Amino acid sequence: MSEALLYFIQQLINGLTIGSAYALIAIGYTMVYGIIGMINFAHGEIYMIGAYTALIAITGLATLGVAWLPLILLVALICAVIVSSAMGWAVERVAYRPVRGRHRLIPLISAIGMSIFLQNYVHLAQGSRNIGFPLLIEGGFDFGSADTFRASLSYMQLTVFVTTFICMSALSLFISRSRIGRACRAVSQDLGMANLLGIDTNRIIAATFVIGAALAAVAGLLLGMYYGSIDPLFGFIAGLKAFTAAVLGGIGSIPGAMLGGLILGVSESMTSGYLSGEYKDVVSFGLLILILLFKPTGLLGKPEVEKI
Amino acid sequence: MIANNMKHALFCAVITLVISYPILGFNLEARGVDITISGASTFTLVMVALAALVVFAFQLFRDHIMSALAAIPKPGSDSHKEPMEENRRAQIQSWILTGILVLALFWPFFVSRGSVDLATLVLIYVMLALGLNVVVGLAGLLDLGYVAFYAVGAYTFALLSDYAGFSFWMSLPVGALLAALFGLVLGFPVLRLRGDYLAIVTLGFGEIIRILLNNWTSLTGGPNGIGGIPEPTLFGMEFGRRVKEEGNTSFHETFGIAYSGEDKVIFLYLISLVLAVFTALVIRRFMRMPVGRAWEALREDEIAARSLGLSRTAVKLSAFTIGAFFAGFAGTVFASKQGFISPESFVFLESAIILAIVVLGGMGSQLGVILAAVAVTILPELAREFSEYRMLIFGAAMVLMMVWRPQGLIPMRRIHIELKKQE
Amino acid sequence: MLEVQNLSMRFGGLLAVDQVSLDVKEHEIVSIIGPNGAGKTTVFNCMSGFYQPTGGKILFEGAEVQGKPDYKISLLGMVRTFQHVRLFSQMTVVENLLVAQHRHLNTNLIAGLMKTPNYRKKEQKSLDRAAYWLDRVGLLDLANREAGNLAYGQQRRLEIARCMVTEPKLLMLDEPAAGLNPAETKDLNRLIVSLKEDYNVSVVLIEHDMSLVMDISDRINVINQGRPLASGTPEEIRQNDDVIKAYLGEA
Repeated sequence: MSEALLYFIQQLINGLTIGSAYALIAIGYTMVYGIIGMINFAHGEIYMIGAYTALIAITGLATLGVAWLPLILLVALICAVIVSSAMGWAVERVAYRPVRGRHRLIPLISAIGMSIFLQNYVHLAQGSRNIGFPLLIEGGFDFGSADTFRASLSYMQLTVFVTTFICMSALSLFISRSRIGRACRAVSQDLGMANLLGIDTNRIIAATFVIGAALAAVAGLLLGMYYGSIDPLFGFIAGLKAFTAAVLGGIGSIPGAMLGGLILGVSESMTSGYLSGEYKDVVSFGLLILILLFKPTGLLGKPEVEKI
Repeated sequence: MIANNMKHALFCAVITLVISYPILGFNLEARGVDITISGASTFTLVMVALAALVVFAFQLFRDHIMSALAAIPKPGSDSHKEPMEENRRAQIQSWILTGILVLALFWPFFVSRGSVDLATLVLIYVMLALGLNVVVGLAGLLDLGYVAFYAVGAYTFALLSDYAGFSFWMSLPVGALLAALFGLVLGFPVLRLRGDYLAIVTLGFGEIIRILLNNWTSLTGGPNGIGGIPEPTLFGMEFGRRVKEEGNTSFHETFGIAYSGEDKVIFLYLISLVLAVFTALVIRRFMRMPVGRAWEALREDEIAARSLGLSRTAVKLSAFTIGAFFAGFAGTVFASKQGFISPESFVFLESAIILAIVVLGGMGSQLGVILAAVAVTILPELAREFSEYRMLIFGAAMVLMMVWRPQGLIPMRRIHIELKKQE
Repeated sequence: MLEVQNLSMRFGGLLAVDQVSLDVKEHEIVSIIGPNGAGKTTVFNCMSGFYQPTGGKILFEGAEVQGKPDYKISLLGMVRTFQHVRLFSQMTVVENLLVAQHRHLNTNLIAGLMKTPNYRKKEQKSLDRAAYWLDRVGLLDLANREAGNLAYGQQRRLEIARCMVTEPKLLMLDEPAAGLNPAETKDLNRLIVSLKEDYNVSVVLIEHDMSLVMDISDRINVINQGRPLASGTPEEIRQNDDVIKAYLGEA
């Protein structure tokens, strides 16, 4: 295979990896928006907290002398999911539920305040400098026999793909088969009606936040290992990008979040690989603006009609 | 009742523990390449436990506490008073503002240089907040990228003075108009978006501008920024010890007084004061003109406004552009004050702070916004020991205000246009 | 003046309006009636530019206006009211009328800041026009009251005054009598007729109150389930079998 093709494939692999992780975070945004029509500004911070918790768990286990990798990863995952889910629940209860239903600006500003609060919470607790995250899953396989450039698919990347796939499938099954999943769908379509039918909408909304937070925690662990370092502010940008992905795919649509995430990840890595790493954020934001201008309902979303 | 709450209270307490203990209870320390973990100080652990306890107790006795709180009279619920009364209240506010203004004119001569410097910063934030107030408070558009226009004003001045030797007074209108132009161009495609989408898109624009400023090194100096920005002159008189520009005289020589470093600072403060007052008065005037009425109508009921022939895009654009204009003002002053600017000053957090000022002050209310700008800028200075917690408290305050008093500290009291009785 | 030809409006799988045609001449009051859910407000929304119709043509004074945005249609002289009163409730009554006259005012920013004579003259004229119409609908004493504080009937009248202040050619009223008691309905009756007679405005209205409809309409169009059912003078409609069948069971 030619070097150019290999390079392209490498960018593609990198892009799909990051894209999968974005998709996991994007689910949180899309579910919350689908159910209560608001942007959870603090979701990026929940992802960040998941990453920090995972790191704390990993480091703690290492200090205790635990060396078996699957155990470390499992414990880190569980800890991250628990803490992030709890945080997600708390954020909804404290900052969103009291202001639900008011004029649109108010929940948004509350969310921004929450985001700032959480960033500084972790900043105060763990310092503002970035901390290295160990890459626990090393190695991979290379392909292509060119002497100068070899494309590689690392085991870490593979892990990201597989984990994301499992999570997505589990989520889809959950939404379509389980009682809570059905209730989620009902509430997202008509809150008032769901209430009248006896569904405890408060609990369902809380459940939505928790599910989104859990997935974000998984992404936190995965991307923490993948990028190799974390800091209290990195959730903000990741959150924005994940939101872009959600909008790209069609806000409110879970397959849309997946699609949007992948597209975003690939365009970012292509920009990084072929133009310049510094402008990749510009590309992400540019995509967001373009989508909102020309197809605000996203690729898989349904067009809305204003009821007069 | 207490038994019912028990389960919930326990749950909440557990949640509190889960969200605080792991993050607060361990310290990650990087030693070289390795990371180690250590337990946090006893103080922290005690605080965590205490927090859980407080949450538990609160949830347990929630009903009692809530009824006790409800008994406290709410600070002035202000809905639907006769407009005449509102007019009088608005006039009282005008008098208060005038009083503050007089105070502000004479105050700088009696205090230290540092205080005056701080006051100039307050005035810059006042200008920014008043401008954003037009966009968010009056027209109801959530702009999270307002800092971009601020940056345009500042960088315009820096570049004009660097490349073309423009003075402060020459750059001021140029910076403001250019910022307004950016507002027009940026606003035009996005203003038909729904509220929260508009917020995110403006946020994106703000970030794009910042990234461009940071990376377009040849033009903007990149992360190093641009320095050597001149201060304002008074009819050609400079306020430095020695004159920097050819043809200028120096202030202290002209008046035959001893040079004092304070003169420069006080002069800049007075300029900022004039500009801030100008901003407030112009915006006030706009509110009583058709354009201001259109903002309010569009904010109250967009569909009705459209049915009466108001073009949503044109009205929103006018608010956006005017808001951007005043951000350009503020940017020019800021550049002059610092003498040097870099992209660091124009991050999203700035937009959030300005937004918080507008919201805390009461969207649409000029007096409220001014007071909030003062509070947000000054309070952190007063409580130096807590400066670490400044942003934390800030974020919490935003949430609390939205939950407790979303109309702001001093909700807007409009001056209504009256129909005089014809006898 | 207004010609609607084969108007259709499709929302996804639902065809809400199917080939509806109607016309309004100068100096006329035309009513659109039909059972609930027949698509009447949708027709209004298409006519006033709030929806873009998926089929058909709308001609106003000979020019095609379908697909034009709502505010442009308003500026052309077709103004509407809404089923649920839409006032600017935190603005006063007179301010509501001032906003409606936006197109007649000097909106130049500099002129306003400088308070030029032209600006002041136009502001005064708009205040006078507002006063005139408030007097006409009997709300002059409430001029400085917040619009949200008015009684329902007064709000309805304000909405009409607000439309008239724009000096329209065609007035579209969506259920103007809804929620009014018989006395208020009679006043409305007189008001609408006077609008036609004294101010040379044509009126299209959607209504369920049959007495009002029969009393003041020059012509009536009946729509059922999005499709046109019948059209003619009140006498013709009163005797039309299809119409009677469609309304069977309704008062």
